[in-house]
Amino acid sequence: MDLLNNFLFIALPYVALTVFLIGTIYRYKGTKFKFSSLSSQFLEGKKLFWGSVPFHYGIMVLFFGHLIAFLLPDVILSWNSSPLRLMILEVSAFIFGLSALVGMFNLLLRRKTNPRIEMLTTKMDLLIELILLVQIFFGLWIAYEYRWGSSWFASVMSPYLKSIFTLNPQIDAVSSMPWVIKIHVSLAYVILLLIPFTRLVHLLVFPLSYLWRPYQKVIWYWNRKKIRDPKTLWNVTRSKNN
Amino acid sequence: MDVRSQVSMLFHLDKCIGCHTCSIACKNIWTDRKGAEYMWWNNVETKPGTGYPTKWEDQDIYKGGWEKNGKSVSLKGSGKLKGLVNIFHNPHLPVIDDYYEPWTYKYSDLIEAPAQDDQPTARPISLITGKPIEIKAGPNWDDDLSGTPDYARKDPNLQNLSPAEQEAMFQLEKMAFFYLPRICNHCLNPACVASCPSGAIYKRGEDGVVLINQKVCRAWRMCVTACPYKKSYYNWSTGKSEKCILCYPRIESGIAPACMHSCVGRIRYLGVMLYDADRINEVASADINNLVNSQLDIILDPFDEDVIASAKENGVADSTIKAAQDSPVYKFVKEWGIALPLHPEFRTLPMLFYVPPMLPVMASLSEQRNKEQLDKLDPIAKKWDDDWLYDTSTEELWGTIEEARFPLQYMANLFSAGDTCKIKDIMKKLMAVRIHRRDKTVGDLDKENVKKTLKDVNLSTDEADDIYYLTSLAKFDDRFVIPPAHREQAIEMIENTGDVKGSSGFGFIEKPARGI
Repeated sequence: MDLLNNFLFIALPYVALTVFLIGTIYRYKGTKFKFSSLSSQFLEGKKLFWGSVPFHYGIMVLFFGHLIAFLLPDVILSWNSSPLRLMILEVSAFIFGLSALVGMFNLLLRRKTNPRIEMLTTKMDLLIELILLVQIFFGLWIAYEYRWGSSWFASVMSPYLKSIFTLNPQIDAVSSMPWVIKIHVSLAYVILLLIPFTRLVHLLVFPLSYLWRPYQKVIWYWNRKKIRDPKTLWNVTRSKNN
Repeated sequence: MDVRSQVSMLFHLDKCIGCHTCSIACKNIWTDRKGAEYMWWNNVETKPGTGYPTKWEDQDIYKGGWEKNGKSVSLKGSGKLKGLVNIFHNPHLPVIDDYYEPWTYKYSDLIEAPAQDDQPTARPISLITGKPIEIKAGPNWDDDLSGTPDYARKDPNLQNLSPAEQEAMFQLEKMAFFYLPRICNHCLNPACVASCPSGAIYKRGEDGVVLINQKVCRAWRMCVTACPYKKSYYNWSTGKSEKCILCYPRIESGIAPACMHSCVGRIRYLGVMLYDADRINEVASADINNLVNSQLDIILDPFDEDVIASAKENGVADSTIKAAQDSPVYKFVKEWGIALPLHPEFRTLPMLFYVPPMLPVMASLSEQRNKEQLDKLDPIAKKWDDDWLYDTSTEELWGTIEEARFPLQYMANLFSAGDTCKIKDIMKKLMAVRIHRRDKTVGDLDKENVKKTLKDVNLSTDEADDIYYLTSLAKFDDRFVIPPAHREQAIEMIENTGDVKGSSGFGFIEKPARGI
């Protein structure tokens, strides 16, 4: 049992983090063309709405919820000090979880029933969508069965995750968790590990910079004023378009 | 004044015969690939008709282009906030059925079918799913179908035409249509560039060609919505958007773009225009009544000393300024004022101009049952055996324009944001040139009348001859004045010289395969 715990909570996270870091950097540098959200809305638009929108908004809220609980556990604990606020947090998180679950289910259904989308489906697409579906399902199970997750996550999971990142893994608390929670945590590492091998890379290039760039974009290949300047030598700079 | 140069285009619609050679030339070079089968970077539409994709001009459906928003403009269907909120599902994105599902035929059935009583047939097979399909639409599906209820009568440009005008357009004997070839307009205020969340689309500073960097495109697909001309296409196989590149590798080496080079009717012209980039925003947000004029005003006079000085200051090459002075597009658009942009009301400042077609407008058939009426007509008017008259008389010249079987309002909806005066002025000029040439070559017209028509439209005889020359006789080098790309820099426009030394060609170094 110790061996399994050591593997799942010490070896797996470090392997996953390493593969994720090296894999994504390698792919971004080497096969940049393949960094794409690979949208299939152009082939089927109506059913996508009932999958993509509830899934993405659900999973985004859940992701940032987990992230805040990990980074700022004290904030969550003090928020949860009043039962009403705890209920508000847990219920709304559960609703977003349901939204993500329904969305993912609809996406998988669309993928398997629409012949056009099926043509574009790769094995990795199916694998990652199945893992995500199971992961969301386990998350909801945990939220329902082992209440109140937001509180014990802050007091148990946050220290464990911190210990991983400070290279001093403390797995005693997480090893004594029920098996459902153990699977949820391990699957999270598996998803992290799979990111560079799947279409999930698109979440790393979410175009936030769009918010502060000017609308129009003009690129000069070469600074002609510079070329014409007789005082400088031939200036070897990379062209700006690639 | 921030002077930039733009390689701009002009299509003379009176000369377009609708042969689609341009479309085929483009397809053979650029879009004969998986995922791009449905794309026609260059397409030719029959007007009136719904076009490609269906009803692309109806921005209530597709939400393309800019809309005036107080003193400035904002994107209609995308933009920073709308774009990012709708990034998971773009509610205004056309789907492939709005274009057509590409297909081929299962030819192997013709030779491999077992012996049977019936002749084997090659069934249509979808190029997406590989399964047999029922063909519902295809390239040029509404070609030459003017008057049909499904296509011509659903043309969005019929909007503010009275029911009587619409009926008149579609009466069997009077029905008319013309062709509208379209490529990317390489706009000065491109909505696709502004809508791209990744910043993959950009305008080249040197020649104004709008391109999509395939390595930066992440399939957020906002450009497809934002382009009001629907000239940004989504490649469903690679998960990247693609668009007309104005054959930039050809232009850089001094060759005309394939669509223009192959044009049978020689309707296409290409040349440099200098414009004032400081005024783009002001012009794009101009008042609707002033929209066309201000869009033409942004184009600068390449002979003006100040313009030349600021162009040089901005690093525009001398050879480019020379090309701008020789530009046939500048002549048509600015000197003679007989060309207009397509749908200026989309506010993208398109740099592809059209000389509106005169023939469907002028070839007005009127019924002449009255003998007196007939006698009043000019002797040059062609009289038919029956009571119909193909009216080209000079006496009734300015009158027939307004009573044309192709309502001016329809042309105005296409080319001048609804302003019929602009179209009328151009029609008069085009007609005046014809009358002048007829006087010169046939000489059967009243000299005073000919002079009067030219004076009416403010054209000198020399100008009329120039218009005639560039319209009818122009040689290859007159039609395409391509600015030299400067060979020493031409390669850098695609790749750094050092990086590509020893390699051949251009394009993808890695295989453009769909992501994993």
